[in-house]
Amino acid sequence: MPDTSSRIDYYPTHEYQGFHLRPGHPYPFGATILSGGVNFSVFSSHATSCTLVLFDKGEPLPRVEIPFPDSFRIGNVWCMVVFDLDCESVEYGYRMDGPFEPAEGHRFDPTKILLDPYAKTVSGREIWGQDPDWQQPFPHRGRLVFEDFDWEDDRPLERPMEELVIYEMHVRSFTRHPSALVKHPGTFAGLLEKIPYLKELGINCIEMMPVYEFDEFENSRKSPTTGETLYNYWGYSTVGFFSPKAGYAATGRWGMQVDELKNVVKEIHKAGIEVILDVVFNHTAEGNEHGPTISFRGLDNKTYYMLTPEGYYFNFSGCGNTLNCNHPIVRSIVLDCLRYWAAEFHIDGFRFDLAAILGRDPWGAPLPNPPLLESLAFDPVLAKCKLIAEAWDAGGLYQVGTFPAYGRWAEWNGKYRDDVRRFVKGDPGLAGALATRLQGSPDLYGWNGRGPTASINFLTCHDGFTLLDLFSYNEKHNEKNGEENRDGANDNHSWNCGREGATEDPPVQALRRQMIKTALSILLTSRGVPMLWMGDEMGRTQEGNNNAYCLDDPTNWLDWNLTEQNRDLLRFVQLLLRHRKAHPLLRSKKHPCFHRGGFEEYPEISFHGQAPWQPDWSEESRRLACLWSGRDRQDAPAFLYFAVNAHWEGAWFALPRIPRCWHVAINTGMPAPEDIFAPGEEVLLSDQSGVFLSPRSAMFIIGK
Amino acid sequence: MAFEVALETTPETAKITLKGELDAASAPRFKEIIEKAAVSSPARLVLFVNDLTFLASAGLRVLIFAKQKMGAGVQIYVIGSQGPVRGTLEMSGFHHSVYLQDSYGD
Repeated sequence: MPDTSSRIDYYPTHEYQGFHLRPGHPYPFGATILSGGVNFSVFSSHATSCTLVLFDKGEPLPRVEIPFPDSFRIGNVWCMVVFDLDCESVEYGYRMDGPFEPAEGHRFDPTKILLDPYAKTVSGREIWGQDPDWQQPFPHRGRLVFEDFDWEDDRPLERPMEELVIYEMHVRSFTRHPSALVKHPGTFAGLLEKIPYLKELGINCIEMMPVYEFDEFENSRKSPTTGETLYNYWGYSTVGFFSPKAGYAATGRWGMQVDELKNVVKEIHKAGIEVILDVVFNHTAEGNEHGPTISFRGLDNKTYYMLTPEGYYFNFSGCGNTLNCNHPIVRSIVLDCLRYWAAEFHIDGFRFDLAAILGRDPWGAPLPNPPLLESLAFDPVLAKCKLIAEAWDAGGLYQVGTFPAYGRWAEWNGKYRDDVRRFVKGDPGLAGALATRLQGSPDLYGWNGRGPTASINFLTCHDGFTLLDLFSYNEKHNEKNGEENRDGANDNHSWNCGREGATEDPPVQALRRQMIKTALSILLTSRGVPMLWMGDEMGRTQEGNNNAYCLDDPTNWLDWNLTEQNRDLLRFVQLLLRHRKAHPLLRSKKHPCFHRGGFEEYPEISFHGQAPWQPDWSEESRRLACLWSGRDRQDAPAFLYFAVNAHWEGAWFALPRIPRCWHVAINTGMPAPEDIFAPGEEVLLSDQSGVFLSPRSAMFIIGK
Repeated sequence: MAFEVALETTPETAKITLKGELDAASAPRFKEIIEKAAVSSPARLVLFVNDLTFLASAGLRVLIFAKQKMGAGVQIYVIGSQGPVRGTLEMSGFHHSVYLQDSYGD
């Protein structure tokens, strides 16, 4: 008999094959360690019976299968306390019986053992890339987690949104390359060793691409061109929403991935850097009716997935199925999941993949007031978390500027990316668009009072070209992905600077370098929240691959040798970030004013052309300057003049008069080290009347 | 190597020597010793782990339990950790909660 001496109110009432049981608690869902036992709670609205399946760690066959007595079901929740389990070694799943009637939406199959959607860790993929046992019928098993991590005084940093500079990164890619020189390449522990680099770079927030448990072997195959194994490398296909990816932890093989990730968050916080997770709630790893049954399909298919009237899977995600996010039950699991990550992992915010799906009703129609998005916006636990939407989906819903925001949600501003790319490469008719992007996109976010912090400004992200490739390739080169170059976007707004791909031609190399600096100068002087893509600060290439989702090779791995090879570019980005930090004018949470708000009679922002106060908004204009005016942190007058010449010919820009002297901070038309001067070391402009901007260059000039 | 654990107490200090593999099977014995050590309310807990070859999650849990059981005022020293044991302590962040030292001078 178990020891009940310490809790006389807690005792077994039932026994099954030597296991002591009692009726459980419906809440919380999942497996919860109690005094002397474990509470198992699982939901299904259509199942007729449920069985708890317990394994000893790694054993192929169950140790016991315990049917939930009917008296242990409350409503649609089966709940049971099992006493005397070894929490370190037990693995668990469920069998659900019920109708198999696909036309009605039901796909119950009691021959399958199902993963608990609330499992806090999942075994089966502990070591990245290690061939799984393909014969194992229950490869993804739930495991128990102790909430005993010593956080000391850590908690989410709650940095103001307008102060953020986000660095999007892939955990494995960041340190997998041998040049990373870390003890545990490609892991959370490896990332730990690179925190000083991130701090020196000057970013203050990392956005991790998916770290929820996923199966890198999902749809794995051999590349027809290279013969290498192609994986579900990026991980945009979730197996376990509550569990960190074991294969990303050096300690995953010992089941300590929770500790390792928590330690990374704690240490990153100590460096003043926030952690945002890229979360994928639009679909799961179960695919369509031909995919594996891992969890939801067998637990309650009709509840968890959006289904056609014939019972097939809607595919708004482009990945086979669509999670039924505005069903109240699914809403609850999303909320529970994010609360768990915010509370137990101290996560600072979330970026929602294909978030437009989260605003669709169970039949796919966009909702005007989506309950899930509203619940997330007003949730008390998530109250200080950043909520960022990728405001479109694969079903054609594009909501940049119109995503239901409730005063909370920010968006990946796809229009910012496209307009700035096109302007920089010299497309006509974009001077006006650039002006709005520099201000934080008031055209998108001003009408409903959202402000610049609704706009995540970016030039590049994991989807698409790297910044170097943006100026090295006219066309995508995705042959390595094994889909005959059909995958990936075709509208890249890229320009190869005259040669397709890598070249030894010095003028082309120099032009590419200059284009990168010009584009980054726009990004880091725009209002809104800038986001950099891992490695762009050191000139990373993917050799023209704009959709490297399946490649576990140097295409994705960050080559740290680039910090030396492209030292001038890295220095440029570091100093550029310091300039952004030095000038609060660039980081206001309000859109600027054209009529007032600057120093004395100057407006907060004014636009200029080659002649001051005369911007050229014409179709053929490829030149624009803006003057920011206001007060700096010491309350001293601040004048910041930013000019871009995207034309292929150089041009003289006469400078507006100010009651200060102009000093050059950035001139991307100059070779390093004259391309940028550190804050405080700006160089007095010899001719205060104007500046000459080289072709395809930008200048940042400050008055002091 | 089979797991071995030994406790030696003085009025101020509890010393525990661990050898072999501290895993799910051996962790309960370690936990018993921790509880025994806590009885005398020592000011210091010193864990000698030079010959500890492996530290599993279950072992880490007991270390964390020791930290909580002893209370914030008790200093915990982990002496002679090396190889994978040291790595596990560092990757899990437990090294921030204790003093990791190569040797202990009494």
